[in-house]
Amino acid sequence: MNDLMNRKEHYRTAVYPTPFHERTSALNKLNVWHRWKDYTVSDAYYNVALEYAAIRNACAVFDITPMTKHRITGPDALAFLDRLVTRDVSKIKPGRVGYTIWCDDNGRVIDDGTIFHLKPGDYRLCSQERQLEWLDRSAFGFDVKLVEETHDVACLAFQGPTSCAVLKAIGCTGVENLKPFDIGYWPFAGGELMVSRTGFTGDLGYELWTDNSRAVPLWDALFDKGAIHGIRPMGTHALEIARIEAGFLQAHVDFMPADQAIHLDRSRSPFELDLGRLVDFNKPNFNGRRALLEEQKRGSRYRFVRLEIAGNKVAKAAYIYNRERKGEIVGTVTTAAWSPSAKTNIALASLHMPWGRPGDELWADIYYQRELQWSRVMVPCKVVEGAFFDPPRRRATPAADF
Amino acid sequence: MTDPNVIIIGAGHNGLACAAYLAKAGKRVTVLEAAAQVGGAAVTREFAPGFKVSACAHLSYLLDARIAKELDLARHGLASARDHLKTVALQRADEHLVLNGGALEAGRVSDADRAALAAHHKSMLKFARVLGKQHNRVPPRLLGGGRSNAIGAALLGWDIRRLGRDDMREFMRVAGINIFDVVEESFESPALKAALAFDAVLGTNLSPRSNNSVLALLHRLSGIASGTTGGVSLPAGGMGAVSEAFAKAATAAGATLRLSTPVKNIALKGDRVSGVVLANGETLSADVVVSNADPKRALFELLGARHLETGFVHRVRHFRTKGMAAKLHLALDSLPEFSRLAASLAGERLVIAPDLVYLEHAFDASKYGDNSPRPALEISIPTVHDRTLAPAGKHVLSAVVQYAPYEPAAGTDAARAQLLENTLGVLEQYAPGIRGKVVASQLLLPADLEREFRLTGGHWHHGELALDQFLMLRPVPGAAQYAMPVTGLYLCGAGAHPGGGVMGCAGKNAAQAVLQAGRA
Repeated sequence: MNDLMNRKEHYRTAVYPTPFHERTSALNKLNVWHRWKDYTVSDAYYNVALEYAAIRNACAVFDITPMTKHRITGPDALAFLDRLVTRDVSKIKPGRVGYTIWCDDNGRVIDDGTIFHLKPGDYRLCSQERQLEWLDRSAFGFDVKLVEETHDVACLAFQGPTSCAVLKAIGCTGVENLKPFDIGYWPFAGGELMVSRTGFTGDLGYELWTDNSRAVPLWDALFDKGAIHGIRPMGTHALEIARIEAGFLQAHVDFMPADQAIHLDRSRSPFELDLGRLVDFNKPNFNGRRALLEEQKRGSRYRFVRLEIAGNKVAKAAYIYNRERKGEIVGTVTTAAWSPSAKTNIALASLHMPWGRPGDELWADIYYQRELQWSRVMVPCKVVEGAFFDPPRRRATPAADF
Repeated sequence: MTDPNVIIIGAGHNGLACAAYLAKAGKRVTVLEAAAQVGGAAVTREFAPGFKVSACAHLSYLLDARIAKELDLARHGLASARDHLKTVALQRADEHLVLNGGALEAGRVSDADRAALAAHHKSMLKFARVLGKQHNRVPPRLLGGGRSNAIGAALLGWDIRRLGRDDMREFMRVAGINIFDVVEESFESPALKAALAFDAVLGTNLSPRSNNSVLALLHRLSGIASGTTGGVSLPAGGMGAVSEAFAKAATAAGATLRLSTPVKNIALKGDRVSGVVLANGETLSADVVVSNADPKRALFELLGARHLETGFVHRVRHFRTKGMAAKLHLALDSLPEFSRLAASLAGERLVIAPDLVYLEHAFDASKYGDNSPRPALEISIPTVHDRTLAPAGKHVLSAVVQYAPYEPAAGTDAARAQLLENTLGVLEQYAPGIRGKVVASQLLLPADLEREFRLTGGHWHHGELALDQFLMLRPVPGAAQYAMPVTGLYLCGAGAHPGGGVMGCAGKNAAQAVLQAGRA
């Protein structure tokens, strides 16, 4: 990819195959693809329900190469990141990963992502959206080097209860001792494999990072040793169910990236996304700090909640009311799904303050279609704390084999 | 520490005005100046043995009458060598135009042009008065800001509305457009058009055809329109005398002045200022630090971008600060003789901008990094009225030379020599023999102005005066009320509203913002 860019040939191809494409395309029996940033990736390989089942009952591989990745180095790397994001980056020690968000000057969330402290002073920032321009603007006054390395790193999400066993089988000795958000390195195929105990499923799982030339060998090793552990490829549809169960946010779905929102009102602050825990006011300066302090005094406009919804009709894009009849609209569902693991109807929602307090009555107004016939139900819902599905194996260290 | 302590960085006239007002209000104020003399860009300096000149700004036309009175600048030594200077638009072959406000005292133009000149001058003054009324107000915020802010915005709207329907429409029409179109609409004489257009582009990074050039003209006239005494005037002792008077007013009010004391950086404690660290390592503590230094210098060099937020830093970085005007100083062994110009007019404000195309061509070169081959000039020979500036019988010529790019393609030294040559070439055409009278010369390019007067980009207004850098947008939205995002830090220089020109309003308004914040 970089080679194409250097030769100014990149524009001839609109969408790129990932370094795993040779393998993913062979397995993609449904032949459904969509574009994720510069790449084409699978929505589903053979059956969404079975792919999802692999995440929770065996292990599943998801190609995350298109995720935007930046390398941040230089004497001011830490100071730069500390000013950029809301949390205290000095607490992310070498060999650790931290989930974070970053805001604009108005204290509205631009994006969320993960900071990998690869080696002392050497960071990788992964984001949902492209951030190079914002990072570049933010770098003024800092001695840092920014490189977008999206195209140089092949990576897979490898999630599910048997994932640790498979990694051990391919040679990652001791990988079970990685704690959540730890990073480890193992030799692999004449090079190096980086393994982080991270993921987007809320389960035991890892993300695997290597250079493009080792992508296919990595895939093959996983599927070779993983066969007896039930390894399956998974597409974005299956992952989506898992991430909603975990209660994770998705840019452009659960919040509008502040730098892309035309109406200031449509973006959200960290507090309005239930991410206040990621805001560290002890830092004297970070983007959005003044606005967020002000918001704490004045009060937030929205509350982000996880809802358990009665019935089995998926509450996609439903309005939330405060009464069954003649109530007022107090919010909207941002994402909804039937949770196979929690065996319940779940949704993430943005409510106007003060709604969503303990004891508040909330009703979801759900429209659904059966054989082209639209119907509507008004069903009660209740706010739940934390993830909808949160198995102990997610955090247990050493990780078990299952 | 008991009393709140205020440190002002920079003893330009605005810093001194701010110091005077704060000291009068009972604050303990210390003004720190990097140079050995007060005044910033309003200084009188010796540039050749025995020859002194107003080294950057050289005429006074915006000094706020109310501030001069409140600070009693006359008692502190401010006097005028000459008030109400006329403008003489020099011509190569034709009779020179002598303009006195809206009246043409000499020059060959049609009766229609004479009438148009009176009308043009009247309406420009009327519009300029709208701007003049804003000089002493803290601009309203664009978003939020509460009741006093709404009142501020309403006052601005009211001032415009009160022009009456037709004038309001005309004001809204011309304020953002270019002077070229405006003079083309009303005048026939190429010489008159150019003389009027020159005032709109003087000191700017604009050509007559650039949008916003009318606004720059209105800003220039806003002082006179809103009651500056003396019109365009020559302070006795040069512009430095104005600064000296401000300095005396400040010290008389109780402010402490420390010269030759450059600041290394602004110190912070948590998210608010705690004082400054001097270049010599000394630390001074203060609750409030006010910067008379330009916004980029204050925020990036003295504070550090890392203490600000990305979006704000981005806006400040794009505050346009590249100067396009050079300054020429000539020491002359006798009064130059301009062809066909009565000696009695030699001390007026002389302008060389014979026609609009001349100005456009002068600007064109600068766009590509070259000096104007034939620059336009605003010339003052202050020694006609003020004998303190040169030895007996000798004279000083001070000229604003346009245009000189901030980053000359030829390199600074070559460009300096070349522009001096170009300028002397032009002068020689209008005042044959002037070269022979030159005893010494000094040409300051924008890069020289930047270095000598600590003006980022070398723009003597700290930043271009254009609609997007004006009023509540100056220097940038979110920082136009003097208070910077870091608690306790303020701007009080020309980079803040109402902008450049020696008026003192930015200093006074900043002092009010500091006092108001203290009460809140």
